[in-house]
Amino acid sequence: MKKSKQFFMVPYFLWIALFVVAPLLLILYQSLTDGQGHFTIQNYLTYGSSSVYLKMSLNSLWYAFLITVITLLISYPAAYILSRLKHQQLWLLLIILPTWINLLLKAYAFIGLFSRAGAVNHFLMFIGIGPKQILFSDFSFLLVASYIEIPFMILPIYNAIVQLDPALPNASRDLGASPWQTFRLVTFPLTLSGVKAGVQAVFIPSLSLFMLTRLIGGNRVITLGTAIEEHFLTTMNWGMGSTIGVILIVMMFVIMILTNDRKKKRREVLDDEKATH
Amino acid sequence: MKKIMMMMATILALCGVLFIGSKQLSAQAGATTQANTLNLYNWGDYIDPALLKKFEKQTGYHVQYETFDSNEAMFTKIKQGGTAYDLAIPSDYMIEKMKKAKLLLPIDQQKLSNFKYLDQHFLDQSFDRGNRYSIPYFWGTLGIIYNDQQVKASEVQHWDDLWAPKWQNDLMLVDSARDILGMTLISQGQSVNTTDTAILNQASRKLDRLSINVKAIVADEIKTYMIQNEAPLAVTWSGEAAEMIEQNQHLHYVVPSEGSNAWYDNMVIPKTAKHQKAAYAFINFMLAPENAAQNAEYVGYATPNKAAKALLPRKIRDDRQFYPPLSTVEKLEVYQDLGATKVEQYNDLFLKFKMYRQ
Repeated sequence: MKKSKQFFMVPYFLWIALFVVAPLLLILYQSLTDGQGHFTIQNYLTYGSSSVYLKMSLNSLWYAFLITVITLLISYPAAYILSRLKHQQLWLLLIILPTWINLLLKAYAFIGLFSRAGAVNHFLMFIGIGPKQILFSDFSFLLVASYIEIPFMILPIYNAIVQLDPALPNASRDLGASPWQTFRLVTFPLTLSGVKAGVQAVFIPSLSLFMLTRLIGGNRVITLGTAIEEHFLTTMNWGMGSTIGVILIVMMFVIMILTNDRKKKRREVLDDEKATH
Repeated sequence: MKKIMMMMATILALCGVLFIGSKQLSAQAGATTQANTLNLYNWGDYIDPALLKKFEKQTGYHVQYETFDSNEAMFTKIKQGGTAYDLAIPSDYMIEKMKKAKLLLPIDQQKLSNFKYLDQHFLDQSFDRGNRYSIPYFWGTLGIIYNDQQVKASEVQHWDDLWAPKWQNDLMLVDSARDILGMTLISQGQSVNTTDTAILNQASRKLDRLSINVKAIVADEIKTYMIQNEAPLAVTWSGEAAEMIEQNQHLHYVVPSEGSNAWYDNMVIPKTAKHQKAAYAFINFMLAPENAAQNAEYVGYATPNKAAKALLPRKIRDDRQFYPPLSTVEKLEVYQDLGATKVEQYNDLFLKFKMYRQ
């Protein structure tokens, strides 16, 4: 029995080894070589000593942070209201639906809306504000990126809220807590796992967005993804491209660890409390 | 469970039908790789399809037409040698690179009776001295395209005009390090093939000052934006400009008289070629003045064929936007392959420019 179980694990291990571990090792290896294939850490030194790359990393983190905050601010109330509506399945479907449409198509649709002759500017002219430069600005980039990421934030939060036992907030209200206190001290902490999952699902992809930086940001918004694309396709410097890739991967691991550890600690605290009571 | 099985069965059945259908269609089209085939590898929409039919009728060869969208993609595919292409049409710097990588076969001009129709000005360029490996197909320039509703012709005759404070947030640039640093270098009286770090840094500082005027740094999208009047000014290539002007009559194209980059797309025979005879027949066919003229009219780029140019309608032939005066042509410079380290320096400076904010 045990042996046959192990046998069925083979495809899984093969998959992980070939498509997860091997590519990561290849990227790491590429990042440690120069154009002629000699071992060197020059790429990392270049990265660390270049103000351009450091500023770009800062940009990436900053934009990813803003996108995450914006989506979170919109998604939590949305998920909360959603969990109290009548036709929840229908509303959920409406939120998931846009993720079925290709990212590029959505980006081009926004170009049409935001351009000088687009619908938004027509509206602005109609109400007397006059046409504004919307495309190629931080504003449009953040708006479109947030729009695209929102479903990935709403879904985990919604799941966490639905799984919350309604007896707990009810008890809190019965015991005299105000609605705000109930939310702050009971509902929110108990749905934090959903928030963390959402933050991971949004922050990590946002770090390396690059199609949108060109199409919507007009290359006025530059992130590490742009640099990777350029090193692989234009300068053919795979070493440097891989180095930036490794740095992005490290950043992602840091985010994962940061968002996971606290959960564990909180559980330990809860267990401790249980033990003492 | 039953539903899922049904769905999977439906998808598999659909795949089967599509597979059989596509096989039959390609069988009808007679897609064979026999001795009388010519495997042509070219940019998308870069030849008049009527000419391909005419060539097939005249010579009996069957043309297998495949397209690429970047020189780099073409290079990789020819280097791997999966398909044996008989003829490809890369750009100047890539021809130099392919020559260095020994991917090209020499071309015997004696076998090309129509070679004499080519204009001397466009032969013997730095990327292929004596045209030993390549025959010119089209050529063009880098320049400024503007919309006459917002910009007067006299305001954008030179590269330096782009730096005028008047154009704040009005300018679109092509996303290409060589082109944008190149035009900055020309505006400072330097060569587009400069390798001197001090001169490059100086150009980079000047370029950073342009940042405030730049609306966006994009690629193919420039076409759509200029046609829709999204921006009054852009730096782009003549071929793209021709397409824009066709769709928006307010647009005009200028090649600054102090010089610019000239690019060439030339026909080459890759080392993988299996049907050299067909390749020679095709090159000669395309060099015939009436065919070259027909192609130039269809594609809209400038032909290097002197006899063909004479056959073009006067309106096209005398268009100084695409056939600039000789005094300008003599100042045009072709990109040379600068080697990996210098190419990277150009790209790093360009990246720095993209990040620069005032």
